[in-house]
Amino acid sequence: MKTGNPQLDGQGNLKHFLTIEGLSRALLVELLDRAEGFLGVTQQAVKKVPLCRGKVVANLFFETSTRTRTTFELAAKRLSADVLNLNISTSATAKGETLLDTLRNLEAMQVDMFVVRHASSGAAHFIAAHAAPHVSVINAGDGRYSHPTQGMLDMFTIRRHKGDFANLRVAIVGDILHSRVARSQILALNTLGTAEVRVIGPRTLIPAFAEEALGVRVFHDLREGIRDVDVIIMLRLQRERMTNALLPSEHEYFHLYGLTEERLAAADPEAIVMHPGPINRGVEIESQVADGPRSVILEQVTNGIAIRMAVMSMCIGTQNIAMQADIKTDGEPNG
Amino acid sequence: MAEVERISIRGGRLIDPANRIDREVDLHLADGRVLAIGEAPTGFEPERVLDARGLIVCPGFVDLSARLREPGLEQKATIASESRAAAASGITTLCCPPDTSPVIDTPAVAQLIQQTAQRLGFARVVPAGAMTRDLDGKQITEMAALKLAGCPVLSQADRPIRSAQVQRRAMEYAATFGLTLFLHPQDPDLTSGGCAHEGRMSARLGLPGIPEAAETVAVARDLALAGQTGARIHFRGLSTARATVMLAAARGRGVQASGDVAIHQLFLTEDDLDGFDANCHLVPPLRTRADRDALRHALAAGEIGAICSDHQPHDADAKLLPFPETAPGISGLETLLPLALRLVTEGVLDLPGVVARLTVGPAEILGLDLGHLSPGATADVCLFDPNDCWIPTPETLLSHGENSPFLHAQMHGRVMATVLDGHIVFERMNDR
Repeated sequence: MKTGNPQLDGQGNLKHFLTIEGLSRALLVELLDRAEGFLGVTQQAVKKVPLCRGKVVANLFFETSTRTRTTFELAAKRLSADVLNLNISTSATAKGETLLDTLRNLEAMQVDMFVVRHASSGAAHFIAAHAAPHVSVINAGDGRYSHPTQGMLDMFTIRRHKGDFANLRVAIVGDILHSRVARSQILALNTLGTAEVRVIGPRTLIPAFAEEALGVRVFHDLREGIRDVDVIIMLRLQRERMTNALLPSEHEYFHLYGLTEERLAAADPEAIVMHPGPINRGVEIESQVADGPRSVILEQVTNGIAIRMAVMSMCIGTQNIAMQADIKTDGEPNG
Repeated sequence: MAEVERISIRGGRLIDPANRIDREVDLHLADGRVLAIGEAPTGFEPERVLDARGLIVCPGFVDLSARLREPGLEQKATIASESRAAAASGITTLCCPPDTSPVIDTPAVAQLIQQTAQRLGFARVVPAGAMTRDLDGKQITEMAALKLAGCPVLSQADRPIRSAQVQRRAMEYAATFGLTLFLHPQDPDLTSGGCAHEGRMSARLGLPGIPEAAETVAVARDLALAGQTGARIHFRGLSTARATVMLAAARGRGVQASGDVAIHQLFLTEDDLDGFDANCHLVPPLRTRADRDALRHALAAGEIGAICSDHQPHDADAKLLPFPETAPGISGLETLLPLALRLVTEGVLDLPGVVARLTVGPAEILGLDLGHLSPGATADVCLFDPNDCWIPTPETLLSHGENSPFLHAQMHGRVMATVLDGHIVFERMNDR
């Protein structure tokens, strides 16, 4: 049950991308560097490279998503892969087909990669453990556990603005308890050597033992928590938190934890503001900040495609190309 | 085999904690009873002699919780498969929780289970009757009738009664007939939606947590109600350090309460959830190392009087899902003894102490005159080799449940023969 890292093949190459946990700093940096190369591709007139030509990628979404699924689809298409989109709502699985039956059927269609989103923590690990040996699994979000491509696209965005992580203070604000995004960001930030990672929220939304279990400093006061930070990451607040006694109202939440121009002043003057989207204007962030000069929220979306191209090509790319030069020519990769 | 009526078990180390016996001595059985210890009575001619040299001879084990899945859940297991596995594990008496389908809330279901077990003859099955109809937590069952039908204890399996008022009434009514209540001390609201101990590991893995207070809140309520009503209660499967302290304090005040621990809670902790091992999905959840150590301490101090298998066999599909969606539980009959013997190796208990918590301890909690080898006692005997080394695999397990985190791990200690009511119901002596 704990034999090695299930994400790496025998040679230590990325086979699945399930979580940031257990991946080395060098591998994360390689991923970021590779994404840097793909960012050029996404800005070209002809936005395609043939690294995954002939491969079949299945987007297997057991939980609905627009943005994440679309960026995965675009990423796969820009790598010249064929893409299947399967929205398997829970009602479809309720027809009787089990998760494993669904997988077996797709494997029989010679799918090379599953991009999986599922409501249960650990679902991506489970699917990777039971997939055929030739299939790669990318986690597009499982329960509260992990959303590693989101985590890495955020690292990519931070690096483009701030360079090195060693001197950075990063604050993540909001519902940490239920957030796979926060868990992935925290793991990535710590692996990349970030000086200080803070989480800010009411006690009901911060996991027990967060400091030692996640490696963060916990703040319950927004003003105190964002003082002098270089990066502020706001998390989306789900409406259902109000109905199960975790929060009293959106009003009080915004009053205490909503990011406003005035509060932003406590952060470093160069601080950037991030949000994994979709944003709730007036709940966790006011529009002036979301649309303001410090916001890099839309950039995150663009970067998401480059990161997902990098992850997919590392897992099922036809070869480990020496990156940038080849990609920019849009030519056949050598050999 | 069933024809043999007179057996001598010779040369073994007899451990009978109820009678403070621990020495090399012969044991003679006749007509389903213990005839004598030491010299056989003059003229006694055994039909069968078991050579127990190098073996431990002790009362057959009494397991306070083993699900057999019959009636109603035969895709998981049957009384035949599981009682046979029990016999191979030295377990002669086992108590099955009432969450069968239909629920054990009528004499008919209780009798059906006992009659099936008797016909098969592998183990004595004691059904725990339901406290409420269909385990709905609302309307109490015909408890007197269930007692007459062979249920010495009543339980809600793992569906505790939410209403304190219903719980109180159930305790009072059960106390009228001297019925012990087996309680699953987990507050349903605090447990709801959770699948792991709320702690470091659940924070890391993003698994919905079950706080320690889910247990302590339930234990506090039920101890208070037991004190109020004078009912006799037993906490089935404690998992937290604080609950053991609360239990000990209440016992000190004279509350009629006892507790047991599932064997795996003495070895596994929340750390074993790393990698999302669905075989470590349990209710109550695996908790911290400190909790595990406190359970061991309470066991050694006698505040916890019984170790049970908490056997929950599942079909393979029940575990072939993402962790939170899997059915909780371990198939535990066949690793009960070797794991319990690890407590000796690890200095928690001595060998007679382990045997006591597998025999007379649980028998007293059930209120049954079993688990000892006094002359005239029921001839339930287990012979085991404490040093025999083996590895459980899906192929070697007799239980239909292959859901165990201990598969492929080395085990020391193996049952060589089991005698139930004076009949040899399992034997591996020839393999020696």
